[in-house]
Amino acid sequence: MNEASRCLAAVPFLCLAGFLANGLLGRRLGRNGGAAVGVAAAIASFLFSIPVAREVFSTGEAVKVDLFAWIDVADLQVKFAFLCDRLSVIMLLIVTGVGSLIHLYSAGYMAHDASVPRYFSYLNLFMFSMLLLVLGDNLLLMFVGWEGVGLCSYLLIGFWFEDPEKAYAGRKAFIVNRIGDFGFALGLFAIFMVFHSFDYETIRANLGDSNIRGRLLSTFELGIPFVDVKMSLVCAITLALFLGATGKSAQIPLYVWLPDAMAGPTPVSALIHAATMVTSGIYMVCRLSHLFVMAPPTMDIIAGVGGATAVFAALMALAQNDIKKVLAYSTVSQLGLMFLALGTGGFSAGFFHVFTHAFFKALLFLGAGSVIHALSGEQDLRRMGGLKDRLPATFATMLIGTVAIAGIPPFAGFFSKDEILWRAWEGYLTGRNIGHGLILGLLGSFASALTAFYMFRLLTLAFLGAPRGSAEAHSHAHESPWTMTLPLTILAICSVAAGFLNVPHALHGSAHFSAWLQPVVAAWPEIATAAQASHHGAEIGLMTVSTLIAFGGSGFALWIYLKRPGLPAEVIQKSPGLGRVYAVIRDKFYIDEAYDRIVVRPVKLTAFTLWIFVDVLIIDTLINVAALIAEVISEAARRLQDGAVGTYAVWFLAGAMLLLGYFLFVLGAA
Amino acid sequence: MSAPILSALLVIPVAGAALVALLPRENAREAKLAALLTAFLTFLVSIPLWTQFRPGDIGMQFVETRAWVPALGLTYKVGVDGISVLLVLLTTLLMPICVLASWSISDRVKDYMAAFLILESAMIGSFVAQDLLLFYVFWEAMLIPMLLIIGVWGGRRRVYAALKFFLFTVVGSLPMFVAILYIYFKAGAHTFDLETLRASLNPAGDAPLPLTVTAARWCFFAFALAFAVKVPLFPLHTWLPDAHVEAPTAGSVILAGVLLKMGTYGLLRFAIPIFPGAAAEFAPALISLAVIGVIYGSLMCLAQEDMKKLIAYSSVAHLGFCVLGMFVWNDKALSGSILQMVNHGISTGALFLCVGVLYERRHTRLLEDFGGIAKVMPWYAAVLIIVTLSSIGLPGTNGFIGEFLILLGTFEAKKVPAILASTGVVLGATYMLWMAQRVLFGRVTHEENENLGDLRGREWATLLPLLFLIFAIGVVPNVFLHRIAPAVEDYNRQVRAAIHHDQERRAEEKSRAEFERHGGARK
Repeated sequence: MNEASRCLAAVPFLCLAGFLANGLLGRRLGRNGGAAVGVAAAIASFLFSIPVAREVFSTGEAVKVDLFAWIDVADLQVKFAFLCDRLSVIMLLIVTGVGSLIHLYSAGYMAHDASVPRYFSYLNLFMFSMLLLVLGDNLLLMFVGWEGVGLCSYLLIGFWFEDPEKAYAGRKAFIVNRIGDFGFALGLFAIFMVFHSFDYETIRANLGDSNIRGRLLSTFELGIPFVDVKMSLVCAITLALFLGATGKSAQIPLYVWLPDAMAGPTPVSALIHAATMVTSGIYMVCRLSHLFVMAPPTMDIIAGVGGATAVFAALMALAQNDIKKVLAYSTVSQLGLMFLALGTGGFSAGFFHVFTHAFFKALLFLGAGSVIHALSGEQDLRRMGGLKDRLPATFATMLIGTVAIAGIPPFAGFFSKDEILWRAWEGYLTGRNIGHGLILGLLGSFASALTAFYMFRLLTLAFLGAPRGSAEAHSHAHESPWTMTLPLTILAICSVAAGFLNVPHALHGSAHFSAWLQPVVAAWPEIATAAQASHHGAEIGLMTVSTLIAFGGSGFALWIYLKRPGLPAEVIQKSPGLGRVYAVIRDKFYIDEAYDRIVVRPVKLTAFTLWIFVDVLIIDTLINVAALIAEVISEAARRLQDGAVGTYAVWFLAGAMLLLGYFLFVLGAA
Repeated sequence: MSAPILSALLVIPVAGAALVALLPRENAREAKLAALLTAFLTFLVSIPLWTQFRPGDIGMQFVETRAWVPALGLTYKVGVDGISVLLVLLTTLLMPICVLASWSISDRVKDYMAAFLILESAMIGSFVAQDLLLFYVFWEAMLIPMLLIIGVWGGRRRVYAALKFFLFTVVGSLPMFVAILYIYFKAGAHTFDLETLRASLNPAGDAPLPLTVTAARWCFFAFALAFAVKVPLFPLHTWLPDAHVEAPTAGSVILAGVLLKMGTYGLLRFAIPIFPGAAAEFAPALISLAVIGVIYGSLMCLAQEDMKKLIAYSSVAHLGFCVLGMFVWNDKALSGSILQMVNHGISTGALFLCVGVLYERRHTRLLEDFGGIAKVMPWYAAVLIIVTLSSIGLPGTNGFIGEFLILLGTFEAKKVPAILASTGVVLGATYMLWMAQRVLFGRVTHEENENLGDLRGREWATLLPLLFLIFAIGVVPNVFLHRIAPAVEDYNRQVRAAIHHDQERRAEEKSRAEFERHGGARK
């Protein structure tokens, strides 16, 4: 085992050690000790990642380490082993790097909380699970991490468990994710049935086998009554896995938990619900990209769901007044864009957006946290305003984050979003698949326009204009301590610089990032990958339009919320139709209510009805009648002896003996 | 010959019970101590079953055989294999925990302790007996102490619950007894020895089959009925919630932890190998009932207000998984099923202990009486969360390994039942987290709950071994699976061959009969 492998083995377990220390000895460590241990564990895991990353970057080969044989039963052989290849090394750096910054930030943000050690133990446990998810060398370990991050998300959303709403939000997140995990698990079962293995390398190697390809592409009837649907096995597998992705990565139809997840402490929202955990679905699809591209219908569904989610969530972000809710819907929307890219075969494009988004969305959440911290817990944008001078560092960094996510060049979001939009529009621009490209392209560009608008709305409402909150709160607002501003600054630098890793060829860049991932993700459809080289003109045209859209959306938001803050209300008042539309958007399209009526209440009602009718009325009535008869007999026996139960026992023994005797002697003699 | 460990496991608890019974009535404390020492000694004696067990060896180990009543063909034959060894160890581990959990019992202490110790011998006997009649004796012997534990030391409706338990079990077991005698005479080997009986009822080659198809079906049905009541399978489960609600904490622990396993174990050890052909015919029905149990049991949990009732219904769901894994003849599923029996004993045992901790403090188990407990009892909250997660099969805990293996193996063999049962995993998370939230989270709404003390030393002593196992099985499952898997592979190989052979023979017989009928018609 070389040095890099040893470091790789240590990375997750450092976080586990931090979890155990804080979990078991938290009370002795106290507030400062707990925070120190938690932050140290995260930073140590980042430092140990560096040699691993250096090895991967210098050789291009994966670093592996086998720890032990985990589950061996019959043909199932699962190792507990880590694999850090071209894909996972990026996740490794995001998780430990951004994770460390957020741990540091948390030390400042949570300094006044009553249960600091518990907070850091959960946060370290999250890092451990997330690292298992990305570093595991097989799908089962990924699943372990997958459920583990779900657990930590549950614990951290409900961190302030005394508030029943927050505890409920945590539980909702867990259960909605479990619905996704149900799909993931079915996908795993089917994959094992075909490949007899969960190892990524075995799966990828066996995809070349013609028998296995034949089996994957063989179609079967779904067996749904009255509907004659045939599906290939690989289509079913990938759809089941994608259901898992919609849970973890908050896509339609399972996105509903993410906005509520904002009940957790803000650094948690930054780390788990923006930068890392919610991108697991994208990581999983990229990891299995060679399998997904064998099922074009699944790919179209992924693109469609992603595009639809991007627009749908962006619309809801327009009408939110809670600063964190705006960012939450923005995250759902950005994740949608990533899936849009994946569905069109743009695996490296989608993954590049994972990378840049991790910086600017973490930055935006931490900035929002800094604002909330300064205003002693105020989250309502309507009571903010004019904070620019009170929180200069927060404002400057958040401005960078906003510009980056809006897609204004040359910030990171511009390059990553450009790649996605190119993939979306490609079918239309190259004339290869006009309808498909037009729909996806319009969805992507519309979502981008909305993004620029709602983000500048947020920035303007929070920092510019006149203060709208109480004068007292405003005058108390103070810039956060260095533990919080330092992470903001570092993330801001990354939000500016990260995009330059993947400057497209059309701009005479070298598209490093895409080239780096090219050996590990599928190139599909081949024609689309080739097209990018020969359509530089179209790509530059699209870029120009996208930039104009970004400036337009941003400028429009600035104009309205600075110059005409009363305009939205006026419009709504004048046009009742628009007012109704606004109300629907503000109330999130009543999706939560619909789920409550269609799923939650019927299940509860069924449960209760079945219990009363089947268990209590039918089965137990039959039993009670029988019991009554027995009681009549025992009533007679009671006169002979006292103590009802003893009587039954005696009667039973007597009866059993009689039967035994009868069979043994009467039948035996015969 | 090695030391007669299994016989020692049968004798020590009974001897301890006799000792406890001989103590004067007022020496309650001594009775508890004597029971604890006996149970602990039994556990120590059982340790070689772990250390000296040879996982690779197929067949029974630690076997002891003695002629008992030769005239009747009754032998004293005991042994364990990879299927039963962990269940015996689970029993000896849970028993000292149960005695500790009963420390606050004040009414007729020595009778209580004696009942528990006799129960232990009977349970171990049922797991190790290799003679059908011997098994039946132990099987029925379990009934009486359990009946007394519920009926004497139970809650308000204890007599109703005890009677219900009794009726279900007796109505279930007597047909099995008749079937045992029937096959004894039909086999013609004049022995109740399990292996001999099985071999003579399923002869190799072309020897005539002793049982007709109909007789085999009825006998399997009689066995399966007795075991299905114990599992319990839907719709024979309604005794369980009442029994659990009324039983004292330790009674619930032992009922869920070990007694229910008698049902699944019995199906596996007796019903399937003796009647493989009939078992294959009944498999679709049993798979359906198991899947219904998983979903129905989970739904029932959503309608409960009493924590013990909720956990009781969750047992119906969990054991549904175990039965599912048995009837698909898949090595992964069956290994998972056996591991899940152990897991359920650990997790549900721990859940009942957790309920007991609250009950001792507040004398209520209703969810509405709690809330915000995490604030006043943080360590308790941590333990309850861990046990809850184990129960819903979170990776890293024991529950995941069992459920995953069952579902993975079942999916290979039968898609639809596997998919339906997988929904149980979602429902499981729903009801268990709902329970945990109502107990632990939110504000403290009842004044009485404001000053509850956290876990005490004795409570830690009952919970820590179970917590250790929850993680040990979850993280290094191979240590356990290595003991189970070889036995399972051999078992399934034999059963599959027997089913195949049986079906061929039946088909032959049928065609021969047809041929003769046609031949007769021609004459």
